[in-house]
Amino acid sequence: MSADKKRLSLGSIVRRPETGSVIGLVAVFLFFAIFGQITFLSAAGAASWLNVAATIGIVALPVGLLMIAGELDISIGSMIPASSMIFAISSGYFELPIGVGIAAALCFGLLVGFINGYLTLRTGVHSLIVTLGTLFAVAGLTLTMSVALTGTTSVAVQSPPFIKATMGDFINGIYQVTIFWWMLWAIVLGFVLHFSPIGNWILALGGDKESARNAGIPTQRLTIGLFALSSFSAAFVGVNQAILFNSAQVSAGMSYIFNTIVCVVVGGVLLTGGYGTVVGIVLGTMTFSIVNQGIYFTSFNANLASLIIGVLTLAAVVMNNSFRQMALTYAPKKAEKKAEKAE
Amino acid sequence: MSDNSKPPVLELRNVDKSFGPVEVLHDISLKVREGEVLCLLGDNGAGKSTLIKTLSGVYEPTRGSILLDGQPVRFARPKDAQNRGISTVHQFGGTFPLMSIGRSFFVGVEPTKKFGPLKVFDRKKANEIAVSAVQEFGITRIDDGDRLIGGLSGGERQSLAIARAVHFGARVLILDEPTAALGVKEAAHVLRIVLEARRRGLAVIFITHQVMHALTVGDHFAVLIRGALAADFRKGEKTREEITDLMAGGEAMAELEQEIQAYLDESPETEPVQNRPASSEEAV
Repeated sequence: MSADKKRLSLGSIVRRPETGSVIGLVAVFLFFAIFGQITFLSAAGAASWLNVAATIGIVALPVGLLMIAGELDISIGSMIPASSMIFAISSGYFELPIGVGIAAALCFGLLVGFINGYLTLRTGVHSLIVTLGTLFAVAGLTLTMSVALTGTTSVAVQSPPFIKATMGDFINGIYQVTIFWWMLWAIVLGFVLHFSPIGNWILALGGDKESARNAGIPTQRLTIGLFALSSFSAAFVGVNQAILFNSAQVSAGMSYIFNTIVCVVVGGVLLTGGYGTVVGIVLGTMTFSIVNQGIYFTSFNANLASLIIGVLTLAAVVMNNSFRQMALTYAPKKAEKKAEKAE
Repeated sequence: MSDNSKPPVLELRNVDKSFGPVEVLHDISLKVREGEVLCLLGDNGAGKSTLIKTLSGVYEPTRGSILLDGQPVRFARPKDAQNRGISTVHQFGGTFPLMSIGRSFFVGVEPTKKFGPLKVFDRKKANEIAVSAVQEFGITRIDDGDRLIGGLSGGERQSLAIARAVHFGARVLILDEPTAALGVKEAAHVLRIVLEARRRGLAVIFITHQVMHALTVGDHFAVLIRGALAADFRKGEKTREEITDLMAGGEAMAELEQEIQAYLDESPETEPVQNRPASSEEAV
């Protein structure tokens, strides 16, 4: 069919939101494949960046969905250590059943997400500021509670083999099981955004909140749900880390804030909402992780990683902007050509 | 074309709307019938947008009543008005520039198909329906439902929004300045679509401050000045100049014309002389 052929043309590829992130990924991969010696391409080399990508990716996916819906969530930075500590204090320090610790941590994630969403809707303050507030509030609460309850800021926790194997272990000694959780999460959220009706609501909400509400979309429930999803995912990663390393620390998450935003933005999501794909977010996360880890396989100074990430982010955003413009302006030309042919 | 024996589809009876002590609309009575275009004219700040919002359920009238098919109704939310067939299309039509035509057409009412136990957004169906709905209105240039709204021209967006409203069963179409931001050709497109909607028996309320556009499609005209109805007349009862005068508030327009005339009467030779030093200063 001609319609299918059209979809494979260069123009239609360029118009997809994740094109920029594919180019970025290929570029950084080739760069480190050339300069990173043979170890970068080995199984251990792949594991080093895949493990980082999986941990960040589980949070970046829902943060990206929120961004597509026009909101930001930076409270994940304190949500990750908070849930680690809740899990470790419950199941490690107080020796409650493992399930109780996990459930408590995940429920706290849902609660913080609900609070973020509710406050954003209720106050009308931008969610960046609302979640900045909860970021500090949760961090303060975590530190206070852990010192008050355990007298320390680092708590050990041992998990039974089954939990260890499914939530935080290494496969073949190098690949974290988290990679599979990340893949699962990408498939589930990819389905939600691109194939379920809810995905259409998310795009509409990020495109124009007022029109989305007038079209009968339950914008309030959707906003709260997305905030709950991102806090829940952060809590999941927190629990995951505690199980993997058999311990939890109070301060171990602030770097996630900017890392997730970089992943999402490099992945072609529009900061102001209304545009983006799950595939793009996944590719953006891989790109970020390759730069972050790949540098150790090269002879370059490892401190250069941040420089590369900074330049890469700006380049990716500029590139994504021009691809988006092409997506907007490409189609009318095509229609004109067709009209000319018809005449 | 209108049948006067039937009650008007939508009627406002002595509607006032105040925000605190400020009365924005005063004693508005209007009727619009099936297959009729009511043009609502008024300068900026005359209360047009408050009137639209009252009709479309954003505001409730402070006093007076809204009647639908002769029955009093109350709209607490825009959704209530929509459910009763009152559809508002805003100036920029499709408001989701980065969504595809098919997706934006069905925002909030997505068609789904079964995929195992899951319900999946039926992109193909959505695209087909959206494209055929807008093509029925004569916009044949739109043929690919995957195109982004932002890539359409202003007139195409308006047309798509109107086609959408009609597809979802609108009986009353409220068009808020649909031609204001458009060029002549694009505006002509939209006007043709307004006439097509009328032909299909919709009641159209067409808000504009462009008298020419109103005269082209209107059956019935109402002029709004400072929140009150200054004139209410049918097609052919007033000339374009009379309407323009009315909109500008009659006297004010005459005064302005006098001032302009007085300015033009000043000796034209002085004009370049006055301008020359100014421009040479700029050059320095």
